[in-house]
Amino acid sequence: MSERGLSRQSRAYVVQRRAYLFTTYFLLLLGAIVMSLPFLWMISTAFKPANEVQLMPPKWIPSHWEWQNFIAAWNTAPFGAYFINSFFIAITTTIGEVLTTILAAYAFAKMNFFGKQPLFLLFLGTMMIPGEMLLVPNYILAAHLHWINTYQILIVPWLTSVFGIFLLRQFFMTIPDDLWDAARIDGCGRLRFLWRVIVPLSRAGITTVALFKFIGSWNAFLWVLIMTNTPNMRTVPVGLSFFSSEVGTNYNQLMSASLMAMLPILILFFFAQKQFIQGIARSGLKQ
Amino acid sequence: MHKPSGKLRVRYGSRRFWWDTAHAYLFILPAFLILGMFTFYPFVRTFGISFYQWYNIRNPHFIGWENYSTVLHDPMFWASLWHTVYYVLGAVIPTMTIALIIAVLLNSKIRGKSFFRTAYFLPYVTNTIAASMVFLWIYNRDYGLLNYILHALFHVHLIDWLNNPQWAMPAVIMLGIWQFLGFDIVIFLAGLQGIDKMYYDAAEVDGATAWEQFRHITFPLLSPTTFFIFIISIIGAFKVFQQIYVLWNGSTGGPLNSAMTIMVYFMYVGFGGAWHLGEAAAVANILFLIIFVVTVIQMQIGKRWVFYK
Repeated sequence: MSERGLSRQSRAYVVQRRAYLFTTYFLLLLGAIVMSLPFLWMISTAFKPANEVQLMPPKWIPSHWEWQNFIAAWNTAPFGAYFINSFFIAITTTIGEVLTTILAAYAFAKMNFFGKQPLFLLFLGTMMIPGEMLLVPNYILAAHLHWINTYQILIVPWLTSVFGIFLLRQFFMTIPDDLWDAARIDGCGRLRFLWRVIVPLSRAGITTVALFKFIGSWNAFLWVLIMTNTPNMRTVPVGLSFFSSEVGTNYNQLMSASLMAMLPILILFFFAQKQFIQGIARSGLKQ
Repeated sequence: MHKPSGKLRVRYGSRRFWWDTAHAYLFILPAFLILGMFTFYPFVRTFGISFYQWYNIRNPHFIGWENYSTVLHDPMFWASLWHTVYYVLGAVIPTMTIALIIAVLLNSKIRGKSFFRTAYFLPYVTNTIAASMVFLWIYNRDYGLLNYILHALFHVHLIDWLNNPQWAMPAVIMLGIWQFLGFDIVIFLAGLQGIDKMYYDAAEVDGATAWEQFRHITFPLLSPTTFFIFIISIIGAFKVFQQIYVLWNGSTGGPLNSAMTIMVYFMYVGFGGAWHLGEAAAVANILFLIIFVVTVIQMQIGKRWVFYK
């Protein structure tokens, strides 16, 4: 092949490569804009004075930033109570779930015991059942326990999760057994070994489980909707859905309330993005 | 495969084995008690409840198969089942297709990967109730963003997304795609990163085009991931509720129930107005059966075309 032929070929390759890159960036950027529009639209509306909400064509930047919308929304419904409930429930269930899943995952990952396989399959099987469809018997159970409209019913059932057990088990299984052998020779008990060796080595996995739980708990809706019946027991999403029927078409207040409801998780997500995305990715990798 | 370390391995049936069994059960106990009380027991109990006429929580009264016959003769049940299928075809499959394209693009050597990933992923962690309220406003006929954009770009006449039965499901579907796209992308990306580069190098040497590489390497090697997302999404489709609850403000399922999906139907029967818990339990059991059958079918089809290494 002559030198000129080669350079023409490589020039064609460069052009093709550039076109490919350009298309890639164009499509990705277009997609990213479409995905962000609802957020921008929400933020824009949340700060608009009432007379600028219903304009055609819409005005993206309000003539002045109306912080009053947030105060008005906050005062229309007991958002303070909603937020306290949501934080309280999310924190307690997260701590509880981390503890119960660490224990169970350790047994499934590192111990050899009677009935291990069937028990694990039984646990895994529950991942196929949409929990919402168990609401009828759970509601009847809660009524018999006199737990309707209490913190118990919003917390106790959520103190464990098969997903968390499954995820942590994968983590624990990568830790070599020799560590336990060595620890045992030194007279270390199982619990101490779990707490002192396994847990510190699996910090990434435990953080992921905790993050998933916190976000899941914050966003939980149906269970809270059914199990509570007074405003003071509602969490943020349930309170928000009631708020929506109260303020009707005051879209600026609706958007400022929505923004407030999203904010804690959005902040958490920005700080812990990596763990969260890795956790999701890991859940998709079947072993 | 890791080798169990010789001397200290516990033999099945030995004294040490039973000692470990006792400990393992203690470790599992807290999780087991909670799951037992709020998952296993309710699951079994749903069968019993479905044979009773059970309004609210008082005075259940045995009626045999009647609840099942009521549900199966209810046109609204079949309509809601159809709307769920509509959602699967309209939301699940397009979401997966778009996600796959974006994941492939994101997997090439480009800058700003993490920015794009965040932009696509953010809706997934966003509270569904709050997000649905944003869409409630976006879908507004006169002042909503969607009609504005459609009109500005394509001169589409104002569409009444929320009050026209024809457009109710598409409204739910667009919200669903927006929310779950990022989840599918992240899982596809993880799958793509698991494909060995050497296949592409070999294809490059043989002069395979980008499309041929996708068709003959990426797609088959990604099939376990695709399959996993599909199963998860089908189960997700059965759970669609909050979006509809917000878009139509707690009323049953959009204009003329045109967006009543199966979960909305279940909630309506069980906890909306009549509180017919027995009938709702019958609906739940029918759904368990459907999910079971669909999963078994998926597994069978999966065996045929999913390529496991």
